[in-house]
Amino acid sequence: MAKVLMKGCEAIGEAAIRAGCRNFFGYPITPQTEVPEYLAKRFPEVDGSYVQAESEVAAINMLYGGAGVGKRVLTTSSSPGISLMAEGVSYIAACHLPIVFVNIVRAGPGLGGILPAQSDYLQATKGHGHGDYKLLVLAPASVQEAVDLIYEAFDLADHYLTPVMVMGDGMIGQMMEPVDLPDMRDLSDLVEKPWAATGACGRGPNIINSLYLKEDMCNANSWKLKEKADEIERKEQRSEAYACPGDVLDVLVVAYGTMARICKTAADEVKKKDKKKVGVFRPISLWPYPYEALAAEAKKAKKILVVEMSTGQMVEDVKLAVLGKKPIEFYGLTGGMVPSPDNVAHKLRSMIK
Amino acid sequence: MKKVFGYPEALTTNQTHYCPGCTHGTIHRMVAESLGELGLRERAVGIAPVGCSVLAYNYFNCDMFEAAHGRAPAVATGAKRCRPDLILFTYQGDGDLASIGAAEILHAANRGEKITVIFVNNAIYGMTGGQMAPTTMPGQVTTTCPFGRNPDHEGYPIRVVELLSTLRTPAYLARVASHTPLHVVEAKKAVREAFRLQAENTCFTMVEILSVCPTNWGLTSAESNEWLEQNMLPYYPLGVFKHPDRSEADSAAEAGVLQGA
Repeated sequence: MAKVLMKGCEAIGEAAIRAGCRNFFGYPITPQTEVPEYLAKRFPEVDGSYVQAESEVAAINMLYGGAGVGKRVLTTSSSPGISLMAEGVSYIAACHLPIVFVNIVRAGPGLGGILPAQSDYLQATKGHGHGDYKLLVLAPASVQEAVDLIYEAFDLADHYLTPVMVMGDGMIGQMMEPVDLPDMRDLSDLVEKPWAATGACGRGPNIINSLYLKEDMCNANSWKLKEKADEIERKEQRSEAYACPGDVLDVLVVAYGTMARICKTAADEVKKKDKKKVGVFRPISLWPYPYEALAAEAKKAKKILVVEMSTGQMVEDVKLAVLGKKPIEFYGLTGGMVPSPDNVAHKLRSMIK
Repeated sequence: MKKVFGYPEALTTNQTHYCPGCTHGTIHRMVAESLGELGLRERAVGIAPVGCSVLAYNYFNCDMFEAAHGRAPAVATGAKRCRPDLILFTYQGDGDLASIGAAEILHAANRGEKITVIFVNNAIYGMTGGQMAPTTMPGQVTTTCPFGRNPDHEGYPIRVVELLSTLRTPAYLARVASHTPLHVVEAKKAVREAFRLQAENTCFTMVEILSVCPTNWGLTSAESNEWLEQNMLPYYPLGVFKHPDRSEADSAAEAGVLQGA
């Protein structure tokens, strides 16, 4: 199929449809409102159901209901709305239900601003809601990658019975790029969901619940979640190493999402003009974090530079990968300010004089 | 010989944790009998709340969810929109529905979700040990209004059915009580009617059931029934406030509210 030019948010909506999602529950918030707008218009063509919820709190609980009856369900939101969803995501995780949700991150904290940011990294990767659970968090760096990850996220959610977050900054949601859309998913080979609450016909009741008044049962569920997290950690680490061949790098830049693309441009510029070796390591799965892959690349580098549209939320994960063996510096702007390739190149030059 | 009475299939045989004199058991049975009589049990999915009936999933012999506090109508919305062939009900108390879940119930009703809401109003938070609810009566003593609810400070109790009756969308709104055998018979009819309408694909149906809490009211069971009669019935009039077969004006007239108010 020929490529089509699509806005990120609209491409995300279409990718969900192609992955077999026919139920969306959401609430408008900039800069992701084009997803609900797109689906409200597109869903009738595929017999889908769009519901505008009264709040993000309600929307995520609608996903809880929809996932619990065995359907592929989606919501999208942006930072303040994702905070409101934390309650419901905790319940969904605790009940081992598969959902896909998207955070098109805007600047924070508080009402912050509507421009792109990466300041929800710690929220997404270290906890989000209350209790012992982890989210599988995938961070696309292009509209095409957003499409591919959304499409795959539904299978990952069904496979691991877990919430999967696709986290893009406002740039991913708002920019237009040519994309190859995947074919409509063959829904005949989806995993069975015998646990779903679809009516106790010919079987005993299925109960979707996260309340355990006996502490040993609550303990057991938390360890069941931990085992699942460990398996995801072993199997789902994803990353890309850009321009990293050879034995020595003057600087290895670590960045994800839109910021990684900008850093690649800066790295190319410094390599060309300054004849220095600069590589870019891009985590695609933010949790599980690709510690081993980063450690392998970091071995080659004299210095590490972390670049984010935040005040440095990912730095602690880079430190955990590098384990004090290499010096780490940080460059970042936030609040909706997007570092330019020149900004990053300037920082790189200051490190390799 | 024809069997005329039996244990409802839609109830499990688990012993409930409810206090002596509590009407949750009776109301569970109304729901279970209605599902059985209408042949809906095998399509039914219930949503338990947070509050005294948080463990309702142990007592209903049908598929169940346990929802976050107040969110049952949103969970039911998601389930029903994804599987319109299922019969969805929420079972909620006054703190769950009228306080923390006020937004969820209002909008589920206004969207006309094809679900049935069983709203048990006993004018107090039971499970947390007797705190003030949005439906606590003026002057009623609770642990968080120890000198009695003062309308100057806490406002007047919310009449949820009347509030939802101002919406055009909901199909069936009724208030019944559970403190005497006669009231239980009438309450059961309303619960059954709500499920019957849902099975006919009618939009939002809700039954508010006035109930007692002897433990936290600090009264005996008999005194509690008397207290409900004397204090709650005058403020919370019983009746069918909306029914799809009747005009809104007729429903309001029968309930004796919204006229001359």
